[in-house]
Amino acid sequence: MAKVELRDIRKTYHAEEIIKGVSLDINDEEFVVFVGPSGCGKSTLLRMIAGLEEISAGDLLIDGKRVNDIEPAKRGLAMVFQSYALYPHMNVYQNMEFGLKLAGMPEPERRQKINDVAKTLQLDSYLKHKPGQLSGGQRQRVAIGRAIVRNPKVFLFDEPLSNLDAALRGQMRVELATLHRRLKATTIYVTHDQVEAMTMADKIVVLQKGVVEQVGSPLELYHHPRNLFVARFIGSPPMNFLPVTVRSVTENGIVVALDHGAPVTVPVLPGETASAEAMTLGIRPEHIVLDPQGEITGTIRMVERLGALTLLHVALPDGALIIVQTDGDHGGEVDAPVGLRLLAENCHLFDARGMALTKLVRHRLAG
Amino acid sequence: MARKTQLLPKIALGVVGWAVALWIFFPIFWMVLTGFKTEMDAISTPPHLIFHPTLQSYHDVFAQENYWHFTFNTVLMSVFATGGALLLGVPAAYSMAFFPGKRTRGTLLWMLSTRMLPPVGVLVPVYLIARSTHLLDTIIGLGIINLLTNLPIIVWMLYTFFKEVPVPILEAGRMDGANRWQEISVVLLPLALPGIASTALLSLILCWNEAFWSLNLTSSNAAPLASFIASFSSPEGLFFAKLSAASTLAVAPILVFGWFSQKQLVRGLTFGAVK
Repeated sequence: MAKVELRDIRKTYHAEEIIKGVSLDINDEEFVVFVGPSGCGKSTLLRMIAGLEEISAGDLLIDGKRVNDIEPAKRGLAMVFQSYALYPHMNVYQNMEFGLKLAGMPEPERRQKINDVAKTLQLDSYLKHKPGQLSGGQRQRVAIGRAIVRNPKVFLFDEPLSNLDAALRGQMRVELATLHRRLKATTIYVTHDQVEAMTMADKIVVLQKGVVEQVGSPLELYHHPRNLFVARFIGSPPMNFLPVTVRSVTENGIVVALDHGAPVTVPVLPGETASAEAMTLGIRPEHIVLDPQGEITGTIRMVERLGALTLLHVALPDGALIIVQTDGDHGGEVDAPVGLRLLAENCHLFDARGMALTKLVRHRLAG
Repeated sequence: MARKTQLLPKIALGVVGWAVALWIFFPIFWMVLTGFKTEMDAISTPPHLIFHPTLQSYHDVFAQENYWHFTFNTVLMSVFATGGALLLGVPAAYSMAFFPGKRTRGTLLWMLSTRMLPPVGVLVPVYLIARSTHLLDTIIGLGIINLLTNLPIIVWMLYTFFKEVPVPILEAGRMDGANRWQEISVVLLPLALPGIASTALLSLILCWNEAFWSLNLTSSNAAPLASFIASFSSPEGLFFAKLSAASTLAVAPILVFGWFSQKQLVRGLTFGAVK
């Protein structure tokens, strides 16, 4: 198994820098997810690790050895592509055998290995089928099987579930997580789906425009986003943002005033915060409670009932819309006025540059 | 009512289609028909549609020239030219399709532009080169010139077919440890096989029917079927029936070949357009 290190990795295409110096340590057995909006460079970064894209500058180390100039197959990696990329003219068995054959593994050993993997992936009855005869989920399994048989040091996944329907995606997510627990192989997984990132990752790397915005465990990113971008990107429905003005700085945190409503004391380290400074307050939908005596009042504009919970879209006096999560049995009606209380300990404060102020108390699961 | 109004243009299109098809087919039909006429019937005006068919012209043709010699030359030359063109064209198209550079587009257009030159424009230099390299009247010489004239079309066709192969499949091959040659031979070529087959087919047909270089660069040893036909055209005497019989014999093999492979050919030529 292996440790992957990225040292100031850069990629330049036609004089334009797409990956702008990424440094990252991926530990042995870790499941790391690269997440970010499309065009953030996450796939390019993965392809550079794979050896399918040249590294313009910086060093890529696998188990301490620089592999920049080593060809893909010799890096000890296996990759699962978004489009599966199975060889359409070979059957399932041959698809899995191809890499082993090229590596010079003797035939009895190959057969043993492929049969073992096919069994664990429930592919044993499809070995003679061509990819065209399989369903999307089965093709995905073959692609994973083809990666597993090679016994790689590192697994690379490039948005492997995005071609599957929602139900199958949920199922494959669980299967992949189980597989990782069993194989204990270092895994790098690229997705734009933050649910996949949250549920599977040991460590999430949030990328934007070729820059790492934050690295951390899912709950660390959720509860302690480093900046506005991460706060906005992680979490669904997304965090609400309200403009506030600093009233005073106390030892319990910063007292801020909402444009329309009572002041709130947010428990963060003040740093160099000055009075009257303009800031952004962030709060997740589940951290706003309905309370007639709350700091702010608004009008319900839309009610989304998800069964287990209800999402209220509430318009504030200044017209801004915020999302409030409440229980599934809530009887909210459109156009009804509501009072809202912000749970101050769960509020986030971002300065004018969009950077989060450090919270006084760390979330107990955030590591 | 709506169906009726659509029916009329459909019938009109059908009529036009058939008319064009018959228009194209008529010369071949007439050639085959003339081959079974007597020389007198062949030149009579108005032309006879009803006549006593005879195999006399075929007898004469076989008596006068060695048909199999010409056929053998044509087959050998066509296969050599097509094989050689594929051998050069596959790597060229591979690099242009999967590793395009700044000048790939321009190179492709330039290659095609060489087809726009009338061959007679380079007759003298090509003849002189062939003479000084002792390639006049050799199958290799004629094969090389056919190979070169068809290469642009072959590269273009292969390029289009290769463009249809999903890149991740080739990358998966690379991840599996395939080297360049294995990537082309084990992954790319099987996937592009239908396209390669129709490219080869088209090249064979073009080589088979090529006349200009055949007539100018060969005399007897390496003369292909085009020369066989030409040898029955004479400045005096009646030769229409014999000429037609010879032409029928010359195009028959490739016609039959084309008939059997038409499905492949049509699929290849319209690939991408109908996908």
